[in-house]
Amino acid sequence: MKEYKHSVSLDVSKCKGCTACLKRCPTEAIRIRDGHAVIHSARCIDCGECIRVCSHKAKKATHDPLDKMAEFSFKIALPAPALYGQFDNMDNIGYIIEGLHKMGFDKVFEVARAAELVSAYTRSYLKRDDIPKPVISSACPVISRLISMNYPFLCENIIPLLPPIEVAANIAREEAMEEHPDLKPEDIGVFFISPCPAKVSYVKNGVAGERNAVDYVLSVRDVYFQLIDVMKRIDEPAESTEAGMIGIGWASTGGESSAIFNEHYLAADGIENCIRVLEQIDNEGINNLEYVELNACSGGCVGGAMTVANPYIAQARLQSLKRYLPVSPNRPERDGYIPDAAFSPEMVEYNPYNRLSNNRSEAMRMMAEIESICECLPGTDCGSCGAPTCMAFAEDIVKGETNADECTVNMRMLFHEYLNKRKEGVPADAFPADKIIKRTTPESGDKQ
Amino acid sequence: MHEPVKFHFNVDGENFSSAGEASVMVKKKLRQLGFPPDVMRRVSIAMYEGEINMVIHADGGSADVTVEDEYIEIVLADKGPGIPNIDLAMQEGYSTARDNIRALGFGAGMGLPNMKKYTDYMHIDTEVGVGTTITMRVNI
Repeated sequence: MKEYKHSVSLDVSKCKGCTACLKRCPTEAIRIRDGHAVIHSARCIDCGECIRVCSHKAKKATHDPLDKMAEFSFKIALPAPALYGQFDNMDNIGYIIEGLHKMGFDKVFEVARAAELVSAYTRSYLKRDDIPKPVISSACPVISRLISMNYPFLCENIIPLLPPIEVAANIAREEAMEEHPDLKPEDIGVFFISPCPAKVSYVKNGVAGERNAVDYVLSVRDVYFQLIDVMKRIDEPAESTEAGMIGIGWASTGGESSAIFNEHYLAADGIENCIRVLEQIDNEGINNLEYVELNACSGGCVGGAMTVANPYIAQARLQSLKRYLPVSPNRPERDGYIPDAAFSPEMVEYNPYNRLSNNRSEAMRMMAEIESICECLPGTDCGSCGAPTCMAFAEDIVKGETNADECTVNMRMLFHEYLNKRKEGVPADAFPADKIIKRTTPESGDKQ
Repeated sequence: MHEPVKFHFNVDGENFSSAGEASVMVKKKLRQLGFPPDVMRRVSIAMYEGEINMVIHADGGSADVTVEDEYIEIVLADKGPGIPNIDLAMQEGYSTARDNIRALGFGAGMGLPNMKKYTDYMHIDTEVGVGTTITMRVNI
């Protein structure tokens, strides 16, 4: 398995080594080592929870800088619909489209338009009778990665269609080549304007070993500050949105689901809720469910860690922006048709990440050791040892990543015991240092 | 050869919303141990059904999971009302769950049949008014 490239990173100089992100990470991917956080790459799903919760601004979403635009002679902007909800007192999406042109983009292709096509393809796909139900949306890359790591039986439920970002990039490129026949492919730069770091990772990792159709990913926040400046100078925009209610609806939870025109759907947001829903589907299924939309961020894409506005405020703005728009002006060539190019060239595969050992006997020995160490730990899950829970700490000890002395609760008990013994006149060197936690290594043979 | 690994869980009968958490924990442990998805799924479904049953009918109980060389054993023990007629309880669709439980989507009468279906061995030890102990094994 190739190394997964991430876009959540840490500024070590700002990190205080507090336990905020440690406790919040849904996949227990963070540890505190040597006074600062460390992200375990194989476990990280780029959900951005740690960025949201860090009060020292040490966690960052890495994305591409605006000056990457200079690398191309023809620049295409792909604004995510979440961008539209960022602006206060803006009643016409045309301001944003025109603003992006003024920022230097030669062409703007709204991802909301591609989302409407994906909704139409999804409706056709759901009518097939040979597919595993419920069908799970492929739009949130965090969810796809989470499923690939934890839910082997749900991998095939993920809809095998490309997400709107990719469909948008492909169409925009084709259109640009048609409109400007003198352009060479390498002249064209496609810039996705993203609300979240997970989409940055999605682009960086490519599809089926190929480069992604998107070249660079800009953050909604960076673009927002550029846009408010240029938008002020537009009196009445000559351009307008080419998307409808459905496409813009994709920015917040429930929008994507409502577009399947069928009440048998579930739409959830927030990574913890999504995990609960997946557990339930995996355990016993949910009756009569056709479609599942899961958004790692609260509120949906408007809740991404690279946005400016509060997700619920952004959603309220989007509601009024889409109010008098047509339902879905972007439709496939004919009803019920899914072009081959809309299918993803690769399926999501099961990739378990937290195997103790590839050797079953060794894994069982380690597990037994973890259980017995855990019994000696206080169960406070305080995080002072650098692991999110006492159980995770026990796992780290057995994996050799830390040692039992890091448990401050046990160390304090040990220290008091030591002081009492000293008062009684017991010599210092007679005191066993590893008294609290007995490691049940095979050498010691100390199994209970 | 190695020592069997054991996990013990108390299944809380007071709190219906926490029902099913022990089977989620077991699934995580089996994943860490590197078991194939099929084994993980069978153990977690059988255990999930049993856990829900204990909460609905018996005010909770205990769950003990042992990973042996050849199989994974799940022992679910409660001090509930017992099962008066096992043959009837094993029939698909037979249920004594109350309406409020059915309203939550449970009580479809598939609990025990599913536990049997997903395991290689199942034994029910029950006495009316004393309790029920169900032992299940999934071969590795």
